[in-house]
Amino acid sequence: MSYAKSKFKHKDLPVNDIGLTYRDYEGAISTLCAGCGHDSISSAIVHACAELSIEPHKIVKMSGIGCSSKAPNYFLNNAHGFNTVHGRMPSVTTGANMANKDLTYLAMSGDGDSASIGLGQFAHVVRRQLNMVYMVANNGVYGLTKGQLAATSDKGVISKTGDVSLFNDIDLCTMALQLGASFVARCFSGDKRQLIPIIKAAIAHQGFAFIDIISPCVTFNNHQDSTRSYDYVQDHVITGAITDFVPVKDEISCEIPEGTFEDVCLHDGSIMRIQKLDQSYDTNNRYKAMNDIEEHKSKGEILTGLLFIDPTARTFHELNDTTDTPLNQLKQEVLCPGERILGSINNSFR
Amino acid sequence: MSHQPKKSQQAVKNLQANPSLTSNQSQTSKPNNQPIVNDFVVKFANTNGTGSASANHMFAKSIMRMGIPVGAKNIFPSNIQGAPTWYEVRVNENNFLGRRGGKTDIMVAMNAQSLMNDILDVCDGGYLIYDNSKTLPDQFVKPNIHYLGIPISNICLKEFQNPRQRQLFKNVIYIGALAALLKIDFSVLRTLVSDQFKGKEKLITPNVYALELGHQYAKTHFDCPLNYQVQRRELIGNRILVDGNTGCGLGAVFGGATVVGWYPITPSTSVIEKFNSYCNRLRIDPATGKKNFAIVQAEDEIAAIGMAIGGGFNGARSFTATSGPGISLMSEFLGLAYFAEVPVVLINIQRAGPSTGMPTRTQQSDLISCAYASHGDTKHILLFPSSPYECFEMTAMAFDLSDRLQTPVIVMSDLDLGMNEHLSPPFTYNDKQKYDLGKVLSVRELDELSHYGRYQDVDGDGICYRTLPGTHPDKGAYFTRGTSRNANAVYSEKSSDYVQNMQRLEKKFKQAKSYMPKAETLSGFNKAQIGVLYFGSTTQAIVESRHLLMEQGIPVDLMRIKAFPFGKEIEQFIESYAKIFIIEQNRDGQMRTLLSNELNLDPKRLTPVLCFDGLSITANQIASDILTDVKVQDVNQKAC
Repeated sequence: MSYAKSKFKHKDLPVNDIGLTYRDYEGAISTLCAGCGHDSISSAIVHACAELSIEPHKIVKMSGIGCSSKAPNYFLNNAHGFNTVHGRMPSVTTGANMANKDLTYLAMSGDGDSASIGLGQFAHVVRRQLNMVYMVANNGVYGLTKGQLAATSDKGVISKTGDVSLFNDIDLCTMALQLGASFVARCFSGDKRQLIPIIKAAIAHQGFAFIDIISPCVTFNNHQDSTRSYDYVQDHVITGAITDFVPVKDEISCEIPEGTFEDVCLHDGSIMRIQKLDQSYDTNNRYKAMNDIEEHKSKGEILTGLLFIDPTARTFHELNDTTDTPLNQLKQEVLCPGERILGSINNSFR
Repeated sequence: MSHQPKKSQQAVKNLQANPSLTSNQSQTSKPNNQPIVNDFVVKFANTNGTGSASANHMFAKSIMRMGIPVGAKNIFPSNIQGAPTWYEVRVNENNFLGRRGGKTDIMVAMNAQSLMNDILDVCDGGYLIYDNSKTLPDQFVKPNIHYLGIPISNICLKEFQNPRQRQLFKNVIYIGALAALLKIDFSVLRTLVSDQFKGKEKLITPNVYALELGHQYAKTHFDCPLNYQVQRRELIGNRILVDGNTGCGLGAVFGGATVVGWYPITPSTSVIEKFNSYCNRLRIDPATGKKNFAIVQAEDEIAAIGMAIGGGFNGARSFTATSGPGISLMSEFLGLAYFAEVPVVLINIQRAGPSTGMPTRTQQSDLISCAYASHGDTKHILLFPSSPYECFEMTAMAFDLSDRLQTPVIVMSDLDLGMNEHLSPPFTYNDKQKYDLGKVLSVRELDELSHYGRYQDVDGDGICYRTLPGTHPDKGAYFTRGTSRNANAVYSEKSSDYVQNMQRLEKKFKQAKSYMPKAETLSGFNKAQIGVLYFGSTTQAIVESRHLLMEQGIPVDLMRIKAFPFGKEIEQFIESYAKIFIIEQNRDGQMRTLLSNELNLDPKRLTPVLCFDGLSITANQIASDILTDVKVQDVNQKAC
């Protein structure tokens, strides 16, 4: 484990549109286990934000409790962060977003945090169509408490200590789809080429973006019987489509050859380019996506990639009809109706 | 109160009826021929869901419109339709508007289910107004009370066609009859009907007609007015008749709240409903028609306070309202807000616990669970409003306090204060008063700083500077959390970092005393040996009990606690009296525990007077408990 981060910056490091290098998007040094999938997620977030040229301080990092929820400390040092209580990140993020809709909310949660203690909060934040990126670092195990089975563990798998998962697993992507999320993806933390563009698209997407990231736990869930080990995931991952993200002002030049793709235009004008590997793959059909997830699962496969997107969905503030100025910037003159009006209210009680 | 209280005949009568008080009293009965003016209790016994509430409210308001002080308590079931419900109206020109205690003077008995108990609740010489469309069976006829039967059902059957009207107008008919019986100015009722149905003019005529029906019946069949009657006075001044939850909801509007997460729970729901309806009137952006506020009905109380904390972290004034079970659920989050130092306002409308308890009955039983909510060493700021006026004032104030102190502030109202209408000073707000947003650094201030640490005690008062997300490109960002950290908000498991932080939080809480509203004293009896401490909704009963005790030759001085942490003045008050009583509405004397614990007192210094039956404490009970205690002590001293 490293204990200090090098301050050295290569002078030729490329800068983005606002003059920052990816190093300006880094966080504190990780204290997670060497090889932890979560560190790959942090790194993908750093690159996604740098490539999008977002001002780091316009991002708010939110998390619950667990290994996953420690991760926001390891990216975006110049962004505020709030490591809340176990399973309750969605409500705190809701309140933060209600207060200031102009910031980007990047939330990290885990399978214990979202699929067990926080399942209710997860379900309801999806319903509310909060404009946020909700990432679950899903390793199928409780890391910080040393190896207990999680609600996302596949039925029948055996934990490192020999406990068998007796009960049905919860698939958070299926739930998110059923509850109306407007952006749902599943990724593998080991595949940056897939993860970075999907995180970028999720940030650009106006609405609730959910990414379930299979992120193996090297310490407690990387054994032979696990269905979340690096080896197992690599062998069973199926990608429905390769996605690339084209920011709003770039000329469209990406690695996907012409004629084999579908372009989805996001709210801000940027484009999500989807190259289908399976011709029946359809990111516009919520119900088919749910079906595809289950079908692959029944074959022992993990379907990854962008599963569903609806770029036209209305967000919480649109549904609420909130004023354009962020609520936390409204001044007393606007908020307080004043003495004279209070006088007439008093009269209504006489 | 601007005028001198006169001797309250009824209160004395009831006090004397209490055996523990009658040792040297002669049993004087109520004078028979002299009318009792502006001093009685009317109780309406109804079935809930029958539309009685608005008629009963009209009755209370008509007394107020005649310039006579009035108080009303709704004693209702946790049920929507078909269960017994009572509405108790206290008319008293000395402004004794809490519950008097003793039996009822005039009972309007409209519920067959509760009839027997309602009859037993009528005092000797009192009146029972009932529907005699069917003959009352013999066992319901008791001596010493007057029966005033009105064939209300038959009148409705004859006069109205629509079944719903036949039901609703029953209530209006008995109000009309009461107007004749008690000499209420009929034109006052007529005006109230017009006010109530503004915009629905079609309803005015049938309502006034129903009032007339009752009025005429009483005039024709009874000797009007009764011994009990009202006479016009000018004793209301600029006061308003309103419930405390309206005060809290409106206080949050004026206090600048914009973010609300909430979960429906009796008796707090109307706080949010009022906030919402006033916001929809007063907080709509004139240019765009969009909302200058956001309210989310959450999935539970945990999420409700989570949202308020998220809003507070991001610099919007945020709050939630709940009751006991919600407090239990919110405890973990209150600990987070305390430790991460996030401003948040919580309005607790207390009800009878534990567990689901009695959801529609009042208590002051969340003091300990709120003062020390959450695991670990925590302490929270509590405010204790005693009137709708203070519900407004303290809710607005709570936002300033929580921004200033960067910690949760809990407004401790209760069902009686929150849901019943009280005669209250009008809500006031001074436009010159500026919101105190506390120590929040601007871009310019951050630019000037060489170093920023979120939990650094720069000013030595325990209150640190906070920054809001999105403020400055490269200064002031911090990662806050419920885990231990150093002054720069960096995760730390060092004992010294943890201890320093906890000690600073303790210092901040002590510092908070200087921002709290001071306890209020009502003294003036130079020779008083007895001090009485109280807080919140028991105020009206206590002020009356002081008067009752004075009549018994026992002067007492009063001190009303308005906030926790406790100020020095409370310690001084306790030190100044040989005997201190503490009045509270819970079983275990929670305020007594809190005072003993925080002020390091021998609990024996504080004698509890407790009421926890779910109803508001009565003036008679307080006076009688204090009197009994004092007499026992006298006897003991003499025996020594």
